[in-house]
Amino acid sequence: MTDDTTGAPREPGSQWYDHEAGPLVRPYAVTGGRTAPGPSGVRFDLIALVTLDPAAPAGDDPALGPEHRALVDLCRPETQSVAELAAGSDLPVGVVRVLLGDLLERGRVTVSRPVPPAQLPDERVLREVIAGLRAL
Amino acid sequence: MVPEHPDAPAGETTALALKILVAGGFGVGKTTLVGAVSEIRPLRTEEMLSEAGRTVDDTDGVDHKVTTTVAMDFGRITIRSGLSLYLFGTPGQDRFWFLWDELAQGALGAVVLADTRRLEDCFPAVDYFEHRKIPFVVAVNCFSGARRHDARDVCRALDLDPGTPVVLCDARERASGKEVLIQLVEYAGRMHTARLLDSVG
Ligand SMILES: Nc1nc2c(ncn2[C@@H]2O[C@H](COP(=O)(O)OP(=O)(O)OP(=O)(O)O)[C@@H](O)[C@H]2O)c(=O)[nH]1
Ligand SMILES: [Mg+2]
Repeated sequence: MTDDTTGAPREPGSQWYDHEAGPLVRPYAVTGGRTAPGPSGVRFDLIALVTLDPAAPAGDDPALGPEHRALVDLCRPETQSVAELAAGSDLPVGVVRVLLGDLLERGRVTVSRPVPPAQLPDERVLREVIAGLRAL
Repeated sequence: MVPEHPDAPAGETTALALKILVAGGFGVGKTTLVGAVSEIRPLRTEEMLSEAGRTVDDTDGVDHKVTTTVAMDFGRITIRSGLSLYLFGTPGQDRFWFLWDELAQGALGAVVLADTRRLEDCFPAVDYFEHRKIPFVVAVNCFSGARRHDARDVCRALDLDPGTPVVLCDARERASGKEVLIQLVEYAGRMHTARLLDSVG
């Protein structure tokens, strides 16, 4: 996938501002035009898990927009992957990443990096997966 | 930095997410397979490449327009609370290959769907996962009317590394799709163990 930071929208001749690119520009309006998450600069994996931060300050954060809130609401019932948040909010993945960066910086959520399969604790997990699949 | 969950105090308390990719040529049954085994949801990802095109699944008939959004297949299978399997499939056209570079990172493994009537369509996927040492199984989608090839023929035609499983399947059937995934997870487990042994030996 193209990295959000390499295809800089400012690039001359970029398709970015082309009228044909309408569907692309509009979603990023909710991020204030930002295409990469803030200073933390991490690119969240599609299966990174997002949990509401229990230490989040009470009350509304005026800096957060409706889309931020929508993501927070999606996480309320249970931990969500980045992909689920994108599907659930009907926002493109890149937009969700930017919004999550904001939520992370403001202490609203925690985002856990997926455990690489090579570091799985033991085969127990895989056995569980196989048993779970059989039971489907 | 990402504030990670404090490093896995005990397996149970940390939610685990595993990623499985579904690859293969255009129209080979990727979306069908993901839909058969999980609740499928469309996932939009945006592309800045000028060649990124509309997905063929688009039914709006607007084929002159080049959009910058790519729809991927996405499905989740909950094994138990705190352990989920996530399936990702991308449109089969060549111009969407770049999507795999992100998807492949940290993937448990991949299913390469093949159609024996045009086996060559899955060559790029096979190459891709072989090069990156990502465990994969080849699932031969037995479209009705297609000759039921012997799995060994497919294995030979694709010049697969020994041990790479080839499974015959019907992507529309849940039971069949499940079997494909089970074969993949078992194989990924074997590969994992083999690598561990290699690294200590
Ligand atoms: N007879 C038969 N038809 C199938 C089977 N699997 C898929 N199909 C049909 O084949 C067509 C293409 O299937 P899709 O699942 O959309 O294929 P895809 O790989 O997602 O296609 P792209 O995303 O466009 O690359 C659909 O009309 C399916 O209904 C199968 O096992 N048998
Ligand atoms: Mg499809």
